[in-house]
Amino acid sequence: MLLTHDIEFTLNGVTKKLTIDVTMNALDMLRDVVGLTGTKYGCGEGECGACTIRVDGETRNSCLMFAVDFDGRDIVTIEGLAADPKADALRESFVEHGAVQCGFCTPGMVMQASHILDTHPDADAETIKRGLEGNLCRCTGYKKIVDAVESACCGGR
Amino acid sequence: MTAIERYAAPQNLDEALGILQQGEVTILAGGTDLMPQTKAGRIAFKPTLMNIGRIAGLKGVTLDGEHLRIGALTTISELLRDPLVAQHAAVLAEACDHFASDQIRNAGTLGGNINNASPAGDTLVPLIVLDAEVELASKPNGSVATRRMPLAEFFTGPGRTKRAANELLTAVRIPLPKPGHVARFYKFGTRPALDISTISIGIAGIKRDGALTDTRVAFGAVAPTPVRAPRTEAALEGRRLDAAAIEAAADAARDEVNPIDDVRASAWYRKELIHNMTRRMLDHVAHA
Ligand SMILES: Cc1cc2nc3c(=O)[nH]c(=O)nc-3n(C[C@H](O)[C@H](O)[C@H](O)COP(=O)(O)OP(=O)(O)OC[C@H]3O[C@@H](n4cnc5c(N)ncnc54)[C@H](O)[C@@H]3O)c2cc1C
Ligand code: FES
Ligand code: FES
Repeated sequence: MLLTHDIEFTLNGVTKKLTIDVTMNALDMLRDVVGLTGTKYGCGEGECGACTIRVDGETRNSCLMFAVDFDGRDIVTIEGLAADPKADALRESFVEHGAVQCGFCTPGMVMQASHILDTHPDADAETIKRGLEGNLCRCTGYKKIVDAVESACCGGR
Repeated sequence: MTAIERYAAPQNLDEALGILQQGEVTILAGGTDLMPQTKAGRIAFKPTLMNIGRIAGLKGVTLDGEHLRIGALTTISELLRDPLVAQHAAVLAEACDHFASDQIRNAGTLGGNINNASPAGDTLVPLIVLDAEVELASKPNGSVATRRMPLAEFFTGPGRTKRAANELLTAVRIPLPKPGHVARFYKFGTRPALDISTISIGIAGIKRDGALTDTRVAFGAVAPTPVRAPRTEAALEGRRLDAAAIEAAADAARDEVNPIDDVRASAWYRKELIHNMTRRMLDHVAHA
């Protein structure tokens, strides 16, 4: 028998109550239990950033987090960010700069980029590159992603 | 198969120590080591899984008399931006800057890094050269007991420490640096982010008239635990940091370490790195 636990948390602004296996990771819970598949599984061990979410404002790899640890916390996924008008500039900038090819890394990239812009409102390219260190992209070569984040910064330069 | 019988997320230290006293417990902080290790089967869960993340008293950095006190739950990101750490233990913040990625720094805690007891744990070498001690709390007979131990003596092997099963690591204490104190950290990896140290070096001491006293040298990833380097320290202690002294210390460092071959580097290469980087760091200290 797997031990389960009741948790209650805020997911993209809405209160959510669930009963889950205490060893389950947060990424599996988001994708398989809640059904939000925008958050991607790339490596499952903290190397690629495809699973990046916001936990109480900070970005984390959901694959490294125990789902039970969501209890009482404020969680935002790419679906929540997509519905947030504050993120419009970032999304449009990714489109304009062609920063998306296959798109698999994009949800994690955009989540992490939004965190960089929140914590460093006038980030330069160097700060953006450092902030995106934990996000791998196999397609773009990163330049277009960094350009997209930089131009979304301070409403564009 | 996991055999977890109980999950607990205590709100305060007293409650957590009570749970630890009752029997076998797996402690969960940020989970960045525990999740991959349990998933891969390298670590089995104990019957109780205790999430310490809700214990407010284990967070934050404070001044405690002549010491800087860092709560076990302080994250690597918090260490990076903390003004007290920047002022009194800048070398620790420097090590945190080379640690994993932003997402992992936001989750990973200092207590987790110490108790994971990896020979390559990036906070360990700087903390050892800063003479840090760990604070361990338990509740053996109804009241809270605390003991302290130098971090340099805490590790017994990869993933193993002197923490007793009923103890929680509550904080790290670092003596406030004396005038003239210098401290340096160097991590060698093959890329700037998300890399486990191939080797790391910490050097500290009081610099006066071109010489170091109270010399501390420690190395990461060259032994089953992070280690102090007493012969290198002795080669430096009180001697003017001229070219001959620096070369002698670098030689002592190379002879003193006994690393292994692994995927990250050969033993020979690690020894060369230790020699050359110790020399370079001492050059920088001499000219600072
Ligand atoms: C992709 C990746 C990259 C990484 N890069 C680095 C790196 O560059 N440098 C580096 O040093 N580490 C690195 N790590 C390892 C890890 O992120 C750190 O060791 C981190 O500090 C662990 O903290 P945590 O809070 O997540 O620990 P957890 O996983 O929650 O716990 C780690 C261990 O410590 C025990 N524990 C935790 N807190 C306490 C306490 N207060 N008292 C007693 N026991 C306790 C737990 O039971 C467990 O055994 C990396 C990990 C990943 C997945
Ligand atoms: S899936 Fe989480 S970091 Fe790769
Ligand atoms: S667009 Fe394909 S991985 Fe980044």
